[in-house]
Amino acid sequence: MSAGPLIEITDLRIRFHGDDGRITHAVDGVDLSVANGATLGLVGESGCGKSVTSLAIMGLLPKQSAEISGAIRFDGFDLLKTPDQTLRDLRGNRLAMIFQEPMTSLNPSFTIGDQIIETILRHRGGSRKSARARAIELLRRVHIPSPERRIDEYPHKLSGGMRQRVMIAMALACDPRLLIADEPTTALDVTLQAQILELMRELKAASGAAIILITHDLGVVAEVCDEVAVMYAGEIVERAPVDELFSAPQHPYTVGLLGSIPRLDHRAEQLATIEGMVPNMAQPPAGCRFAARCPFVLEACTKAPPPLTEVSPGHLSRCIRAPLERLVS
Amino acid sequence: MTALLEVESLVKHFVAERSLFGRPLAHVKAVDGVSFSLEAGKTLALVGESGCGKSTVSRLVLRLIEPDAGSIRFEGRDLLSLDANALRKFRREAQIIFQDPYASLNPRMTVGQILSEPLALHDLVPSAQRRERVAELLRLVGLEPRLARRYPHEFSGGQRQRIAIARALAVEPKLIICDEPVSALDVSIRSQILNLLRELQDRLGLAYIFVSHDLAVVKHIADHVAVMNLGQIVETAEADALFAAPSHPYSRALLSAIPVPKPQAKRSRIVLQGEIPSALNPPPGCRFHTRCPYVVERCRSEMPQLAADGIGHATACHRTSELPSSAAIVPSDGGFSPVLEKLVAAFSGGPEAVRGSGVSSLGTDPA
Repeated sequence: MSAGPLIEITDLRIRFHGDDGRITHAVDGVDLSVANGATLGLVGESGCGKSVTSLAIMGLLPKQSAEISGAIRFDGFDLLKTPDQTLRDLRGNRLAMIFQEPMTSLNPSFTIGDQIIETILRHRGGSRKSARARAIELLRRVHIPSPERRIDEYPHKLSGGMRQRVMIAMALACDPRLLIADEPTTALDVTLQAQILELMRELKAASGAAIILITHDLGVVAEVCDEVAVMYAGEIVERAPVDELFSAPQHPYTVGLLGSIPRLDHRAEQLATIEGMVPNMAQPPAGCRFAARCPFVLEACTKAPPPLTEVSPGHLSRCIRAPLERLVS
Repeated sequence: MTALLEVESLVKHFVAERSLFGRPLAHVKAVDGVSFSLEAGKTLALVGESGCGKSTVSRLVLRLIEPDAGSIRFEGRDLLSLDANALRKFRREAQIIFQDPYASLNPRMTVGQILSEPLALHDLVPSAQRRERVAELLRLVGLEPRLARRYPHEFSGGQRQRIAIARALAVEPKLIICDEPVSALDVSIRSQILNLLRELQDRLGLAYIFVSHDLAVVKHIADHVAVMNLGQIVETAEADALFAAPSHPYSRALLSAIPVPKPQAKRSRIVLQGEIPSALNPPPGCRFHTRCPYVVERCRSEMPQLAADGIGHATACHRTSELPSSAAIVPSDGGFSPVLEKLVAAFSGGPEAVRGSGVSSLGTDPA
């Protein structure tokens, strides 16, 4: 592993200006880094800012309504200050992304071959013939049967699992250093999900790319990630190596999340629930954003926002009551 | 005791293509000979991949669509012979909750109107007392009665699903069909709805048909499970028995693939090769044979029948007795770690369960 992380996000803040003049704080001071060859899981519920963070990395947020500050350093660039032309050279090349909906992210009026070849020609140049050969090779790598034939098919002829594999093939076309996968298996059946996760693991081992996996499925995180960042209301509330997060979480929100998934080996009559609602991000609360829903809350929690502090080496929590073991021993 | 619901050899083929003159050219065999029964107060889960026919079965049971063949008996009555009037009466007994709480509530009606409509339709509650009954229904699903004046768009996804449940409960049914009721919801909301469904079952003695592709959820909520593949039930058993030792090769693959929230979980995942065959043209013989790792010649020509062992665990596979042990197929998540176990208990117990918590305690840290 080379010195320094592959991508380093510091103090990322994203605010959306609504038509009615309301400002929504979608992401509020996020720090993240991913090393070469590592997989980071970004976990959280709808609206926590995880997808917006990934779109900021890709430079895909609308300039008119999104106000972005902070820094995203990748491969010698600060992506937030990089001109559009350079960003276009990076996207699909060294930076690639897979989206949740394989149905809507392929263009229905071009064959899958055309769409992969376009990426290769744009970034690598060369002849159309060699690009086509590479596209067939990529389809084979993602286990699409008889790729020589499939390459000339239109997206509507492929099943959901196949389309997602085409998306992955396209993302891998130029050997990206960083792959962002936004809920890549959410729309798929368990059996297909297993195939895609297996494929991502295989590809990571072969290419050494770093992956940011955005998901709300903690089972998927446990399977493929090395490190996990949990987001709540625009902030990272906990960050830890995957084993530690699942065995000794240090933020009450993570505890609630882990307690609310049904287990195979543990038949609970009642699952844990997180009462209340996510705060309105147009007016975030003054103190801890989880305070109103937290059973471990203290008076101090509602006064000042808690900092993200290290509880044990490599394990950070945004909770003044951490380490939480003290509360139950 | 007769079962609440008995379904026998249910068949539904949809016409997929017609000739110029309207003659059917191709059929999708969505449901092809499905039988099961369900007792009052119990939960049967239907599981399988997209397109296996699980949602079609649930609609057939309510006669929202008409079957081509087979029989459905509800409390001993033959549902298929009911006339329009009797069918309407039956709708009081069985209700359905859909996956998408955004699409299944009329955006132009207030919650109060949504909930009083079934009361009026079935003439259950005199109009003077309807408001009271609506309040009662809202309380039953954990919402405040004052919310009756609001419109669906003012609610979150979890709250809308609660409203959909309240609407189903309005007619005091004996059976509720839950078609992927929690798939569209976030994890923490999902657990609230699952808890609610369970609590209501205990209190009101409801039976559920629970359609889901999330197998951990199924394990949590179901008493009995039927695994479907391409319009047929390939295995059916008590939930605990199925998860302890799935028998059919398809169930094995399905259950082995459950992602579990435990890093480095021990698993022997069976990754199926090949695509799901089309229900338009299901393969001859066993419909799973194109993807089955244990396929033999006989499977390609002869369709296996569901055969039960002594304790009601039935499998449709020619090779049931020859297959290797499946005891280690379902991944083990080892439950909670000791620390997490305590933390989750404290989390669920509220402020009283944690030392020194509560906003009123002026923030003294006990440690």
